[in-house]
Amino acid sequence: MLKTNKSMTDYISPVVKGIPPSGIRKFFDLVSGRKDIISLGVGEPDFVTPWHVREACVYSLEKGKTTYTQNAGLPELREAISAYLYKQFALNYEPSNEVLITVGGSEAIDLALRALVQPGDEILIPEPCYVSYSPITSIVGGKAVGIETYAKDSFKLTAESLAEQITAQSKVLILCYPSNPTGGIMTYEDWIPIVNLVEEHDLIVISDEIYAELTYDQKHISFASMPGMKDRTIVVSGFSKAFAMTGWRLGYACGHQDLIAAMLKIHQYTIMCAPVMAQQAGIEALTNGLEEKDRMVESYNQRRRLVVRGFREMGLDCHEPKGAFYAFPSIQSTGLTSEQFTEKLLEEFKVAAVPGNAFGLGGEGFIRCSYANSVSELNEALERIGKFVNKYQKLD
Amino acid sequence: MNDFKFKVLELLQEDARREAAVIATLLGAEEDEVTKAIEEMEKDNVIVKYAPVINWSKVHDDKVTGIIEVQITPERGRGFDTIAERIYRYPEVKTVYLMSGAYDLQIEIEGKTLKEVAFFVSNKLSTIDSVLSTKTHFILKKYKQDGIILEDHEDDHRMLISP
Repeated sequence: MLKTNKSMTDYISPVVKGIPPSGIRKFFDLVSGRKDIISLGVGEPDFVTPWHVREACVYSLEKGKTTYTQNAGLPELREAISAYLYKQFALNYEPSNEVLITVGGSEAIDLALRALVQPGDEILIPEPCYVSYSPITSIVGGKAVGIETYAKDSFKLTAESLAEQITAQSKVLILCYPSNPTGGIMTYEDWIPIVNLVEEHDLIVISDEIYAELTYDQKHISFASMPGMKDRTIVVSGFSKAFAMTGWRLGYACGHQDLIAAMLKIHQYTIMCAPVMAQQAGIEALTNGLEEKDRMVESYNQRRRLVVRGFREMGLDCHEPKGAFYAFPSIQSTGLTSEQFTEKLLEEFKVAAVPGNAFGLGGEGFIRCSYANSVSELNEALERIGKFVNKYQKLD
Repeated sequence: MNDFKFKVLELLQEDARREAAVIATLLGAEEDEVTKAIEEMEKDNVIVKYAPVINWSKVHDDKVTGIIEVQITPERGRGFDTIAERIYRYPEVKTVYLMSGAYDLQIEIEGKTLKEVAFFVSNKLSTIDSVLSTKTHFILKKYKQDGIILEDHEDDHRMLISP
């Protein structure tokens, strides 16, 4: 029996109670269990993990590789990650103390924020962005400060908007390029003024580069590869998007050994180590999976062209996404809000997309559409959205 | 073969009914370029035919396919080609490959019954002068053909909405 007339929720920490429900969660409940819809709301590849990777995992299980690993992860995997990052993105990390294997990139973000933030610190977050940065910031007692980015800038972070939000309390800048949800990227030239501000204001950067492999027509430039930025940057990445391994929950963080050591301290008590079978699979993916990855990237690129063209032809403004697997068209011409648009679209034409306002500042008036779907489904979805848009634009 | 044509071929192999306009969009090219490339490849016999992949076992179970390993004596000056031609002209012969290894030609034959295939081997194939020996195997089940898994579709297990 509970004392007096307390409810169970009274026992929950005010910090957790204060976290607003995820905008995506709400939409998830609407579509949950429905089999009759085409969903462009899926934030993961439509490929299954390549067979050789699955097979390597099964083989490792057969060989009895089922134990804990070192807290930081299997040395062989850390070496493979180090070599891979050097080859792909000119990043140079010492496997023994600058690489930490985590349970997805998500854990790495959590660890980085917990290791860095003390109450009162301000965490700068360019938005629209992935949904976890701001809630985790609140959990660790930091203050999330959104920086709006705009379609007119292809959702790049500009020095002007960043500078506006920097205060004496600013401590960490979280970057996510290529961007979920906008598909925006940052080039070498785009980074230069950001680098200057980071240096000038002594910021630490958490750079979530989970979509690094998915860029089109140009290579991803890691923020950590910019001059002088390696020590100030924690690179967070993982296997989910590049190797179609979302459910394996395998990610990593790389950075200065002191920062990684601090993150490892938390990781060893909360997680112990990432699952060994996923780590074994990760070694196979990095060793023999790069060609398959290139094929997947080429396939996303083809479908990217299809959806961008489709949205533009139906009269929606759609900036060209140069990374990830999302298009982020503006639906302002319909006169509907993002939520109205996505709810009515689901109701009337059975297509699911994610309302842009779920991703923070600057997301209202847009919808996120994943093109990690088959060409025939994308064509069908585009046709239905076209009819929907036509109907509502005419009502104006 | 240039890279562009190669990509067009890959897309057609995935789905031969794709229209030139769709292929053009996927590759970021003009429709005319795709149409021209396809016409050229048809003319050059690079694209030989547009045929569906059929899982015949769903239509009738009694179709019999035999794989026959054939050893032959090549003809002076003309190698294996003349013999291969004499064999592939038969309509019941579905594929003919020249092989390295223990035998020379691999032939796939379709018939209505086991007997029909066996008779073809004994009456038509073995009686050709240059044929030294044959070994017949019957296909019991096709799992995968031309890179396509016939029975099993890997379902989409993804949640409908995820961040």
